[in-house]
Amino acid sequence: MELLASLGDGFAVALTWQNLGLALMGCFLGTIMGALPGLGPSNGVAILIPLAFTLGLGATPSLILLTSVYYGAMYGGRISSILLNIPGDEPAMMTCLDGYPMARNGRAGEALALSGIASFVGAFFATWGLVLLAPQLVKVALLFGPAEYFALFALAFMTLGGVSSTNQAKSAFAAALGLGLAMVGVDTQTGVPRFTFGEVHLYDGIDFLVAIVGLFALSEVFIFLEHRGTDKDASTAPKLNIGRITPSWKVLKSCTPTMIRTTILGFIAGVLPGAGASLGSFISYSMEKKLVDRDNTFGTGDPRGVAAPEAGNNAAAGGALVPMLALGVPGSGTTAVLLAVLLSLNITPGPLLFTQNPDVVWGLIAALFIGNFMLLAMNIPMVGLFVRVLMVPPRILMPIVAMVSFVGIYGISGSSFDLMVMVAFGVAGWLLRKLDVPLVPVILGTLLGNAMEVNMRRAVTIADGDYSVLFGSWLTLALWAVAIIGFVLPIFVGGVVKARMRGAAQREAAITD
Amino acid sequence: MTITFRRGLIAAAFLGTAPAALMAQDFTPENPECIAPANPGGGWDFTCRQVGKTLQDLGLIPSTMQVVNLAGGGGGVAFAEVVNKRKDDNGLIVAASSATATRLAQNAYPGNTMDQVRWLGSVGADYGVIAVSADSEVQDLPQLMEMIKNDPTSVSIGGGSAVGGWDHLKVLIAAQEAGIEDVRGVKYIAFDGGGEAVTQLLGGSLQAFTGDLSESTGFIESGDIRVLAVLAPERLAGEFSEIPTAKEQGIDAVGANWRGFYGPGEMSDAAYDYWSGAIDQLYSSEEWQAIMEANGLAPLDLQGEEFQAFVQESVSEITELSKEIGIIQ
Repeated sequence: MELLASLGDGFAVALTWQNLGLALMGCFLGTIMGALPGLGPSNGVAILIPLAFTLGLGATPSLILLTSVYYGAMYGGRISSILLNIPGDEPAMMTCLDGYPMARNGRAGEALALSGIASFVGAFFATWGLVLLAPQLVKVALLFGPAEYFALFALAFMTLGGVSSTNQAKSAFAAALGLGLAMVGVDTQTGVPRFTFGEVHLYDGIDFLVAIVGLFALSEVFIFLEHRGTDKDASTAPKLNIGRITPSWKVLKSCTPTMIRTTILGFIAGVLPGAGASLGSFISYSMEKKLVDRDNTFGTGDPRGVAAPEAGNNAAAGGALVPMLALGVPGSGTTAVLLAVLLSLNITPGPLLFTQNPDVVWGLIAALFIGNFMLLAMNIPMVGLFVRVLMVPPRILMPIVAMVSFVGIYGISGSSFDLMVMVAFGVAGWLLRKLDVPLVPVILGTLLGNAMEVNMRRAVTIADGDYSVLFGSWLTLALWAVAIIGFVLPIFVGGVVKARMRGAAQREAAITD
Repeated sequence: MTITFRRGLIAAAFLGTAPAALMAQDFTPENPECIAPANPGGGWDFTCRQVGKTLQDLGLIPSTMQVVNLAGGGGGVAFAEVVNKRKDDNGLIVAASSATATRLAQNAYPGNTMDQVRWLGSVGADYGVIAVSADSEVQDLPQLMEMIKNDPTSVSIGGGSAVGGWDHLKVLIAAQEAGIEDVRGVKYIAFDGGGEAVTQLLGGSLQAFTGDLSESTGFIESGDIRVLAVLAPERLAGEFSEIPTAKEQGIDAVGANWRGFYGPGEMSDAAYDYWSGAIDQLYSSEEWQAIMEANGLAPLDLQGEEFQAFVQESVSEITELSKEIGIIQ
């Protein structure tokens, strides 16, 4: 009850015309920034910090504006994933896998509306999780030492094989390529630069955003250029059939269990400071595929494949606020920016924040609820508007995509070197597409490779070179067990089980006939 | 080696109290710009944004400070950009800290040296702390150092910088002062930022934490960590006065992470005077003193030539230390 009273106070803080206006503006700007390739939530928030300062906003209004942008960008990332197969940011990458096929099957409107609802469900329940469980969840974050993080990322890595349903060998090749790319940069455990060729721009490694925009957006432009003039190719022709713009009850019902499971999973991934939203959406997708994909429809436009990563990444966004507020430890790039804003407003995040600045915390949480409803109300009616992007002929759309990519990347880093890296990734993406190699495992390999390596090195260094530390606690053992039973064994026994299931299904069919 | 770094700092702190040159009015930047050589959210970003905001509030700059994040190479990308492309830009300042000096000293900015830019002034210093979790058996710094001396593998110390970075060097300075002969044996684990390292300290993966006071304040106030020593020449003022210095425990180590700015190498003298004057006025303002107090920043009031000399000295001292512990040849 005390919680509800505090939350009530929070709503009293948040429900002023000024704050509501700021939330509306933040949600709208965030959605657009999320949808544009190259502009993600962390840049979106960073861009608006000066605005918050210039307007002379206090702590709570500033946070309301900036977290609305954050949630808005998490919503918006899915739009370009579904319509153009170009993820607006890292966590939205998984939405491409089923969202784009849905759009090509003439269900773009449905995919957008469904993902909007899934985003809402994820974010809404994650915010409740933040209200009810924040103090307890901090203890969960403390359970994860380097060895546990290594096991978690290794688990995620093992699920990579399941991500693209086509050729497993090509998928493995793509992941290995990503792992290799992850090695570029200064090794923090020794301070030695690796594969940087004396180029200072490469010292921090390859920026995921640059790689994503190059691989997905620019390669799309190159493919269009290749087919220029002979514009009969299916991938470049405009798809006029946008389908219905609301999902049917049947689809919603089939997605409900998926959304519930992935919300929980995504929220936990968000709470772990070393994991974050990308891992949340990725694990959500691959676990869900493992659990419910009986007919191999994931990857071909299964609505559940759209709902899973969207609920997962929005829940992770809410979860990431737990360590930020309660520990002062950012769980993602965006929360790092929010943390800096808190500090510059003379608020010290940490274990005492909830008691020292209750108005800030509860005002923020109330604003999250309000922003969430605004985003749902804004996103569902706008589906009809968004899908019109598909009616733009490629000869107009593709140059715009190229322009936005260049402006977006240059706007973030201010360095022309990154533009060259992006073009190189574009060419690489074009080549990989020609060879039918899936692109998502490349990015995931880079993302997971980095995290796997540093955590393994930390764990082994702490244990003085004793590798048994990687299996040294019940939590690591549990994670390894899930990894092996869920993802390694099926490779060996999967064929047998599948054949048996198929036999059973045939018998069933025979009976009902 | 005696740590002359400390001596320099004290001398500098005294010098800093001398009145600085009055603000030159023959130059005003049209579009003041501050480069934060890191992604949004880090210390450099904070320095740019907070200083930019306060300068504007005080009316020391004519318009809003535009903050540009130019991340990469631990500040190396921004340094190279300023040296190569913006060397005569009078409206530009760049956030810097001990990390900048450390990397310059270790040649980690390929082909760049500290005299290619003009050092404008400091806005405070963040003293180093060495801490353990509240339930640790270790009560003071000598006890921790004794443990390391007896068995270096028994103590894992985590910090937010890479190996060879400032958080690492601080603990090595203390180890050296405590009489540990082979400081290379000290087990340092690098994390992505001080917050992550503190989390691992609380989770029990690490035995000790090395970082800046400002990144640990939240945990000190909540009582989750116990600071064994602050690496300051004397006890800090205000709420942190309870924390003993390393020096009073017989370990004569001082490590300050200063925060300040540099400008392009061919910045005009008028612009140089303008910016160092503006930073000086900022420093003495009540607004800035309040920000320093809220963020655990200790006094370090150096502008203009004094700051240039101070950075020069710290670079040469870090070079010496890095050679001694084998980080550079």
